[in-house]
Formats: sequence, C-alpha cells, structure tokens
Amino acid sequence: MDYQTVIGLEVHLQLKTQTKAFCGCSTEFGQEPNSQVCPVCLGFPGSLPVLNKAALDYAIKVALALNCQVQEYTKFDRKNYFYPDLPKNYQISQYDLPLSKNGFLDIDLNSQTKRIAIRRVHLEEDAGKLIHREDVSLVDFNRTGIPLLEIVSEPEINSPQEAYAYLTTLKSIIEYLEVSDCDMEKGSLRCDANISLRKKAAQELGIKTELKNMNSFKAVKDALGFEIERQTGLLSKGKTIAQETRLWDVRAEETISMRSKEEAQDYRYFPEPDLPPFIITKDKIEETRKAIPELPREKILRFIKDYGLLENDAKILSFIKKDADYAQECLEAYSNKDKKTIVNWLIGPLLFEANNRNCNLLDLKISPLGLIELVNFVAKDTISNLTAKSVLKEMIDTGKSAAQIIQDKNLIQISDTDSLNSTVSAILKGNTKSIEDYKQGKTNALMFLVGEVMKKSKGKANPKVVGEILKRRLLDA
Amino acid sequence: MELNRLTAHELIDLLKENKVTSQQIIDALKKRIQAVDSRVKAYVRLPNSLKHQTPNTKDQRPALEGIPISIKDNICTQSYNTECCSEILKGFKPPYDATVIKKLREAGEIILDAKTNMDEFAFGSSTENSCFGPTHNPWNIECVPGGSSGGSAAAVAADEAIFALGSDTGGSIRQPASFCGIVGLKPTYGRVSRYGLIAFASSLDQIGPLTKDTRDSAILMNIISGFDPNDSTSVNTEVPDYTKGLINDIQGIRIGIPKEYFVAGLNSEVKKVVEEAINKLKELGANYQTVSLPHAEYAVPVYYIIATAEASSNLARFDGVQYGSRTKNQKPKTKNQLIEMYKKTRGEGFGEEAKRRIILGTFALSHGYYDAYYLRALKVRTLIKQDFDKVFQEFDCIITPTSPTTAFKIGEKIKDPLKMYLSDIYTISANLAGIPAISVPCGFTKNGLPVGLQILAKHFDEEMLFRVAYAYEQNTPWHEMKPKL
Repeated sequence: MDYQTVIGLEVHLQLKTQTKAFCGCSTEFGQEPNSQVCPVCLGFPGSLPVLNKAALDYAIKVALALNCQVQEYTKFDRKNYFYPDLPKNYQISQYDLPLSKNGFLDIDLNSQTKRIAIRRVHLEEDAGKLIHREDVSLVDFNRTGIPLLEIVSEPEINSPQEAYAYLTTLKSIIEYLEVSDCDMEKGSLRCDANISLRKKAAQELGIKTELKNMNSFKAVKDALGFEIERQTGLLSKGKTIAQETRLWDVRAEETISMRSKEEAQDYRYFPEPDLPPFIITKDKIEETRKAIPELPREKILRFIKDYGLLENDAKILSFIKKDADYAQECLEAYSNKDKKTIVNWLIGPLLFEANNRNCNLLDLKISPLGLIELVNFVAKDTISNLTAKSVLKEMIDTGKSAAQIIQDKNLIQISDTDSLNSTVSAILKGNTKSIEDYKQGKTNALMFLVGEVMKKSKGKANPKVVGEILKRRLLDA
Repeated sequence: MELNRLTAHELIDLLKENKVTSQQIIDALKKRIQAVDSRVKAYVRLPNSLKHQTPNTKDQRPALEGIPISIKDNICTQSYNTECCSEILKGFKPPYDATVIKKLREAGEIILDAKTNMDEFAFGSSTENSCFGPTHNPWNIECVPGGSSGGSAAAVAADEAIFALGSDTGGSIRQPASFCGIVGLKPTYGRVSRYGLIAFASSLDQIGPLTKDTRDSAILMNIISGFDPNDSTSVNTEVPDYTKGLINDIQGIRIGIPKEYFVAGLNSEVKKVVEEAINKLKELGANYQTVSLPHAEYAVPVYYIIATAEASSNLARFDGVQYGSRTKNQKPKTKNQLIEMYKKTRGEGFGEEAKRRIILGTFALSHGYYDAYYLRALKVRTLIKQDFDKVFQEFDCIITPTSPTTAFKIGEKIKDPLKMYLSDIYTISANLAGIPAISVPCGFTKNGLPVGLQILAKHFDEEMLFRVAYAYEQNTPWHEMKPKL
C-alpha cells in the first residue's frame, strides 16, 4: 500500500531585540543565570507587561516577508499551564486573533519550486530554561520573556527533504531580515513537526504524531524519516497510529512516546487583560514593507539580470545574506563585463575557504578590491592559478595584500622561454623513460614532465609556456 | 487636639503653619492604634516601629509632606511585607514599590510600615476571608467593616489612619466605605496605575482612596492619578486638579436614578436614607429623573465569571517555586513530585474563598465552556457598559445606594457565598463599565450603622463625582460623625 506523507512544521524563532518582549531586560545569550531578570519577567505579583515595540516591528517584518496578511486588529492571550520555567504559569501568546495569517514560502527542490502555505505568524514570550542536576532542578529565567515568533505551516509538506528545504529557505529569509540569529544550537530557532500518513488519493488526513526535541535541521529530517518508516510499518500491519507527542532521541535515532492525546492540556486561552488590543495601521504595514531588504529570491533574479550569472551560481551566492552582500560588492567592483571569472573565484576558492573556516564570505575579510587584484594577477599571467589559491589562503590568514605576498615570496611566474629552457633541459635529461612514453603516444607523460618542471621551479614556471616548450622539444628529441 | 482625628487637608494646613510636626501625627496615630486596634483589628502587621522618616527637604515642599498613609495589604511596598492576607504569600517582601507608592513617596508622603487587613486576595465583601482573622466595624464591633478593603476603611473610620489606599474590583473600596461611614472612590479604569497592585481581576481592579471627606479624596487622587508607562492599561489623558472640582454648587446638575436599583433586596431603612439624600440634592438645585439600566440584573453573574476567570490565571503564579510559602519537605525531582508540590502548596496556602474562585474561574475558561460562560459574559459586559453610556448622554451622574444593606454581623453571611456576593450588587456595574464611582456617608439606620450614597459618572469624569459629593457633604453632617470606641 502506498502512503502519502503529510507534514506541518511549527517553528519558534527568538527575535534578537535589545530587550525582552514585555520588560526592559537584556536578551543577551550566555550570561550568568538569572542575571537578566526583573519583577516583570519573573512574574512577580503586581508586575505588568508592556509590549516592546521593536518586537512587534520585527514580527511584522517577518510576517510580510513570508507573504502573510498582517491583521489590523490583533491582541494577546494568556495560555495557561503550570511549569516551573513559566513564572506566571501562563504564557503571553496569541490565540484567535494572531498578528498575521495566510502567507506562503516558496521552496526549491530538485529544480522545482513548491509553494508551502503558512497558516499564521504570531508573537509570544519565551519560557525560562530548566537545568537538571542529579539532586536538584534549577531554573534560569534569563530566557524568560524573550520575544518569540511562532511560524506555523499548513500541512502541505510531503517529505523530509521538503521539510529540510522549508527550514533552510525560512532561515535564509530570516537572516536577510536580520531579526534573529536562527541558531538551533543556541535555541534561537526551534522546530516541532506534525506528521501523518494517508493512503494516496485519500481526502482525509491520517492520525498525526507531534515530534519534538529536534536540535538541528538534519535532526528534523532524520526524525521525520524515522517516523515515516514507523507509521508505515504500523499501518501496513493494519494497526492504527496513536495520536501522541513523541521525542526524537538523536543518539538512538528513534522517536519515543512522550505523552498521549488524553494527557493533552487544556490551555484555557483568554484575552490578556493587561495588554489592550493593538491596531496596526495600514501606514505602519506599508512603512514596514518598505523597510524590508531585498530577499533571496529577488537577489537571485537580480544577480542573473544585472551580472549575467547562471541561475545555479546566483542561488549558491544568495543563500546566505553575508555571502550575497560580499558577492554583490565584488561583482560591482569587478570592471570586466563578463563576470564569469570573479564568479568562479567566489563559488570556488572563496566558498571553499569559508566552508573550511565554518564562516561566510564576508567573515574572510578579503576586501573586494583585494580579491580583484589577485584575480587580475592570474589574468595577466603574473602568477598561476595554483599559486593564486595559496596566495588567497595566505591573504586570509595574514591580512596581507596579494601584491605583498607575491613580492615577499617571489612568486612571480616565469614565462620567459630562455630562462625556462635550461630547467626543461635538466628535466628531460633525467626522464628519458617519459620521453619514450610520450613518443609512444602516452600523453600523460607530458603532464608528468610539466609537473616536474613546475616542481623544480618551485611553482613559479608558467605551466602553459612550459607545456609549449616541452612539446616542441619532444618533437625535436 | 487629637491629630489622628483630623483630615489630611487639615493636617497639611497645620504642618504649613508649623503648628504640628509629622512626628506628632505619627505619635497620635500610634497611640490610637494601641488603644483600639486590638478591638478593630484594622492592621495585619502592626507598625512595630512607626518610626519617623525624615522627608526630603526641598525648597518646594511636596503636596503631602509629612502625612502618614495606610496601605492595603495587596499594594506592593518595597522590602516591606505585602501578603494579600494570604498564607501563600507569607513573608513576601516585594523588591519594588507600586507606582502609586512611588508617587506618594515623591509627594512627601510617609508610608506606614503597616498594612491594612483585607479579604484574601480581595476575595470578599466582609474582610472575614483574611488569614489574619476578621476586621471589626468601628461603629459596631460585632459587625463586619465590609470588604475587601475593610482594614483600610475601618482604620480611617476609627481614626487609626489619616487616610488610606484600597483597591476596588467589584466594590471593595465603596462598600466598606459605606459600611464604615467614610468616603471611598473607585477611579475610572485606567486613571490610576495598577503596577504593583497584586492583581485579582486585571480588567476590573483599580486602586483608590479611602478618606474622611471628599477633599482628602481629591487631594489623594491628584497624587496617584496619571499615565504610567509600566501599565499598558493606564490611560494617557490629562489629570485635572481635582481639588478645583470641589464646588459647593450643583445647580442644574442632572441626576439619573436607576429604577433597577430600588427593588426587592434593598433594605427599607437604607432605601429611606438614600431617598432622603436624593431629596437633599434636589433641594440643592439638582434635577433628578428615574432612568433604566436594563442589564443591571446580569451584573453579578457576569462579574463572577469574568473576575474569577481572570483571578484563576492571575493566581496561578502562587505555586511555591519562586516566593511565598511552599509546602514542607518538598524538593520535587520528578514530574509527579512537582505536581504534588503544586497541589500541596496551593491546597495549604489558599483559603476557602480563594479556592472557590480559582475553581469557578478555571471552569469558566475550560474547553467546551468558554463560549457559554466567559465569552457570553464579555458580551453582556458590553451591554452593561452601553446602558451607562446611554444614560450619560442625558445625565451628569447616577445615584444609587452603595450597598443594599448596612454592615452585617460577623459570621452572618460567610457560609453563604451567594448571599455575600449580593452585597456588591450596586457596586459591581461600575467596574464592569470601567466608570468612576464614589461612596459618601449619607446617614444612619436606627441601629446606628452608616449608610453610603453611591455617585457614578462617565469615564474620566471624577470631577463630577467630587462636585456632587462635596456639595452634599457641605450641606450634611454625616462625614463628621465619629464612632464611639
């Protein structure tokens, strides 16, 4: 029996405002426990919340970037449940009148674009963090009250790969907006998933399980993959799926049951009486819309249009905002009309170095003009491509300019036939076997000899010129 | 001269003329408290030091420099116990001052390091639901002082306080003011910051003054009113000088008398006294006419759904985790132990009425009941508000009895919550509508218990209340009557 997978994702995103959602405490990560707290975020008796306008602005920005309809009338609600990390034992959230709804996110998979509908984006406050020791459990309230966006997709995702693409695309957009660190390890981005299977062509959704405790995009993909297998196994044996919440165990690579539907809580939502409803004016929405920077999709199109990039290259360079910012500067500063050379450098050696260093292109701290200088040395045959790559590495490590490094290390390429001839002669003398091989049609022998000459010249010989000399000499030999 | 018997404005005059010192006022209060509080029990933590705090000496003397004020036990005072008269908040010392306390301090006020008794978390109309035991009515020690601000009202009435702050969610300032023969004002919702008032029902609560006369009420309102950036529900509109509204002239003022308030359930003696008061106002030049507030009969049920729903959520934080009391020997390690800790802490810490209201409110918000109770109550609340809006299109104020009865006996209604709840039948609507209302003394019943007259006005028209109350007060002797203790 064939089943269709139906997945809905719920993403929680910490907004990196200076202060918390409803008080003036700092949101900085990694500070001493309970050092960034006040009566409001500690839920002390008598304290009252006041909405941080910046959090609302950020939220509207994200909602608009995700093509949502921002609601003119919105309010906060209390979500009531008891837990020690929730000092008031209710969370200020949004229930029936969320900030925004009916958006979408376009994802690319196997060179096809799929539109995933977004049900709602709403604003709420984060809870504290429990730290479990052997003999005692402790609470750190620094995180309590940090503004949190909840982004809920419709159940329109049909594979773990699509889920992965949804998350990476979402992250890419959020990073462009610069409203969150999107760091799953630090918990500034969290993801829960609802997953169910149904017979192909069935109209109704199957019974779903909710998956939690996934600490990376890969974990989301793996957990969904596991769950598909588990549910398929049960269904094909004629068994039913239990509606429950399951936790992903990353070590065991399996999901385990956490609580059943019967244990599901009644959150007793009701309007938060301490915060009057908000009116978000059309002007405000338009003003925010104007403040949204160019997003990845627009960037890709513009790279193609303005600089003649291939679609795939444009995508690679646009995915991470800081890569795109850097690429943009280089493309602009590079005076050649044909940008192919600089693009190849960007997506080749530069991204290679950035990946090795686990950073983005901007973090390499190579000025666009510095890079162009290096690229032009190659174009003018001053240094070889190979040498240039090691120069690049040294530029990153030392901060020196390409010209400086070439001069210091005497790396200027030798293209002069006369001075190369003697080196070639010496190599030919010592490699008579290769000469024979070449004469018998083994073209590899030529490559070998070029390599030997390069070695002898400590990489400085112009391999093109060496090849030409060798070919001529081998004919004569 | 017994300074404790005077009003704040009389004392301000004496202080200005250097005829008294604030230490003398404090000493007088201390003496009075020592003499009568063992019978009245207005204070829950007796001012053990009542020490004189030297006010800031500035060129310009603040408005209230040197006048001591008594504070209800649910308004946060920094480093000084604020326990809402509940076991569960035993030992709680807030790390901050409520906005009203801050404002009072800035005005040179001396905040007494004592707190006045109240029904636990303001749940009640008699001050019997206090973990410290009941307060007694200074006019008849066997009677309740009303509630929930019964401690503040009794302290002022018994001259154990110059004036006091209380809070009013459904009548908790006005009804005890009425029972104790003093002036009690519930300001417009949003007029006074709630920051630092330990919430009972957030959409209904307001802090307000309990005073010996109308002028003191206006003076106090001048200090505590105004927008507070820490309270999103406080309203950013100009605060007038309320003392300027104290005009002894109500010529042509249009008064509405709601017919729904003068029906069965209203004690006949109270009715008579209030009717006499209305006649007095007419004598003074006001016009009155019977009006209708057709949804008045729903006020009590609507209130007990909205107020308990909000309370159930507001009181969830009292769980023994961060502050207040926790059940003994509980260091939960597992989830079940945690839930056990919650249950025991709350089971031991909350009194019966608190538990009743938490359960009621939790039920009203529960899945499957929300629409039928909470949502419906919100809709009726809007209708009640519209009733008032309509009347205020043609009338300057509305006049009613504050409570259907005078002070009742301690123990008389405590076992019958429904009967107790009806004690607030005339005061609850003002909270639901968010409008200001004042209770002023308007006479006595034959057995010598005070009766209160309630005046209601449209949003932010406290000036109208002061004007009518002041004119009435200037032409009647009631506010000058003192109980014999």
